[in-house]
Amino acid sequence: MTVTNIQLDSNGRLKHFLTTEGLSQQLLLDILNHAESFAGVGKRAVKKVPLLRGKTVVNLFFEPSTRTRTTFELAAKRLSADVLNLNIPYSSTSKGETLSDTLRTLEAMHSDMFVVRHDNSGAAHYIASQVAPHISVINGGDGRHAHPTQAMLDMFTIRRHKGTFSSLVVAIVGDILHSRVARSLIHALTTLGVCEVRVVAPNTLLPAEVEKLGVHVFHDMRRGLADADVVYMLRLQRERMRSALLPSENEYFYRYGLTREKLAVARPDVIVMHPGPINRGIEIESSVADGEHSVILEQVSHGIAVRMAVMAMVMGRFHDNNAEGT
Amino acid sequence: MRIKISNGHIINPATRVDRVGDIYIADGKILSLSDAPDGFKADREIDATDKLVCPGLVDLCAHLREPGAENKATIASETSAAVTGGITSICCPPDTRPVVDTPAVAELIHQRATQVNKARVYTLGAMTFGLAGERLAEMDTLKRAGCVGISNALAPIENTEVLRRAMEYAASCDLTLHLFAEDSHLRNQGVAHEGAVSTRLGLPGIPETAETVAVSSALLLIEQTGVRAHFCRLSTGRGVAMIAEAGRRGLAVSADVGICHLHLTEMDIDGFNSNCHLRPPLRSQRDREMLQQDVADGSINAVCSDHQPHDADAKSAPFSLTEPGASTIELLLPLMLHLVNRKHINLTTAIAALTINPARILGLRAGNIDKDMPADICIIDTDTAWNVDNAALVSAGKNSPFHGWELTGRVTHTLCGGIPVFER
Repeated sequence: MTVTNIQLDSNGRLKHFLTTEGLSQQLLLDILNHAESFAGVGKRAVKKVPLLRGKTVVNLFFEPSTRTRTTFELAAKRLSADVLNLNIPYSSTSKGETLSDTLRTLEAMHSDMFVVRHDNSGAAHYIASQVAPHISVINGGDGRHAHPTQAMLDMFTIRRHKGTFSSLVVAIVGDILHSRVARSLIHALTTLGVCEVRVVAPNTLLPAEVEKLGVHVFHDMRRGLADADVVYMLRLQRERMRSALLPSENEYFYRYGLTREKLAVARPDVIVMHPGPINRGIEIESSVADGEHSVILEQVSHGIAVRMAVMAMVMGRFHDNNAEGT
Repeated sequence: MRIKISNGHIINPATRVDRVGDIYIADGKILSLSDAPDGFKADREIDATDKLVCPGLVDLCAHLREPGAENKATIASETSAAVTGGITSICCPPDTRPVVDTPAVAELIHQRATQVNKARVYTLGAMTFGLAGERLAEMDTLKRAGCVGISNALAPIENTEVLRRAMEYAASCDLTLHLFAEDSHLRNQGVAHEGAVSTRLGLPGIPETAETVAVSSALLLIEQTGVRAHFCRLSTGRGVAMIAEAGRRGLAVSADVGICHLHLTEMDIDGFNSNCHLRPPLRSQRDREMLQQDVADGSINAVCSDHQPHDADAKSAPFSLTEPGASTIELLLPLMLHLVNRKHINLTTAIAALTINPARILGLRAGNIDKDMPADICIIDTDTAWNVDNAALVSAGKNSPFHGWELTGRVTHTLCGGIPVFER
């Protein structure tokens, strides 16, 4: 078993979307192109297309989330699917029902797609390996491993601003170690052929051998941001201060917080991104978060179009002979 | 029963025997390796032509799950599996439920094994009560109850003063201390080797230093206390190198490795393969090569199965939530022969690491085909290729990482105390 093949059906088409790792450049471009076709739907008077009419999408969230769950829900509804939101606190599965029992129960309700968020790396792969063959699984974030729809909406946002990928320098700043967003984004950036991907962080927030992901490592923020086209700030969880990873929020902000002054070394047309929610004054100062380089709110709205594209693709709605579906 | 094993290729590293010959057995003991004793009349003759005849294997570590986790496996199921792989002596760690910190639990295990009557089962006693790492267990009492060493199993001893006192006391009782070297703070919540693969999969990592730091502090305490110490389940080449160096300085230390770590690496957990979720974790390719070399040159004395049978549910979950360990007891010998076939280790060294060396570490009269020794013997067909099929494992645990592997060589007969306990 490899990480990648479980995502594709026997014809090489997307069946589950679990990680951006190991997918072809063309497939990632297909996601962006289909998302482009959905980008206008939200602005129409009737914000719906009938691609997934009669399908049931289950948002299966084992970890709290507001924006990811909401945008998945909106995306499914705009595709005319029925949506079931299940927030399963961690404790209830540990009380007896195993994850596979939960899945069996949901399958019995004739679900067609699971959107899964779980705090353990590999949870989406596990679920994809367990579900009935007609069910597709979309990873809404698993542990530190992957958050592929976030990465694709980020790529979508970058392409809208920069046009192409090949000449870009992208700097990802902050807690790479614990970040599924960073991992998925790095795979997407390298697959889509950006010129250089940098990670900027202290050693305590970098995973082992991170350079093997194809990135350049910087500990100094000004050097890491020099001539960058895209600056991607990661959220810093306050709990990191309680372990031995970082001394204080103040010191972190001094070294790695994004300020106007640090941003000045990047290219004049740099865009500033963040997966949200933002910790103002910890990883980014308000004047930058709300400033002219920030595209943070665009990322959120692009999330709906990108998730629509992925949902329609895994349900086979763009296959040549199957445009109407069943 | 009087048995003659005829015309087999006998390999007995303890006496450096490596020749074709016959073995005469009576009343559970080996009578002769050369000529038929006067008046010997075999009740049964086993033709071992073109086969290897070796001492029954001594497995330094296999979790039999009884008492406490009979839903996973039992002494009956696992000793039945063991003898299909030529194992006739099994040492189980003290982390049963309840823990082997009282003679009653040790006696229970010995009694169950005697009732089943397949392989000999020995147990290590707990180093601390409840394996809690605080109060010393009654080591001498456990020794008198038959425990062949003491250990805190996989449970950490965070207080190094407790470790020091345990070593001093064990040395006073002439007990070997079996030590699983892992710094629990450096391991933290880790579930996989800290390296490129754990980074890619987003799995919390266990750094190499979780082992090497623990080995280095243990070695200093071993030197201070003079205890006889055995390092269990090493996973890093550097850890082994430190122990081998201490051995050359004259410390009474030995070391073993689990069979999985000689075959698999961090790459094998790719795809979140929970059957490769082990503790210690599978490490880098370089570590695997160093460990193979360490077995070949004797820096590692013994290879064990580190058998950990699990029920299906224990392995069916997101990777971090699965229980570590692999079902390996019946694959130990075939997997060792696989290394021999690939010229990583020579045959005599491989057999020694499975027989006489672990027997010496445990102080057992076993692992040696010699006159008057117990007739614990396995006979191996080294030519037949076969495929590992997890569903077909005799063990109650089907969680082997080797499903689908083609291996060459398989046990055809196992004798324990002169009784054929397995034939294929």
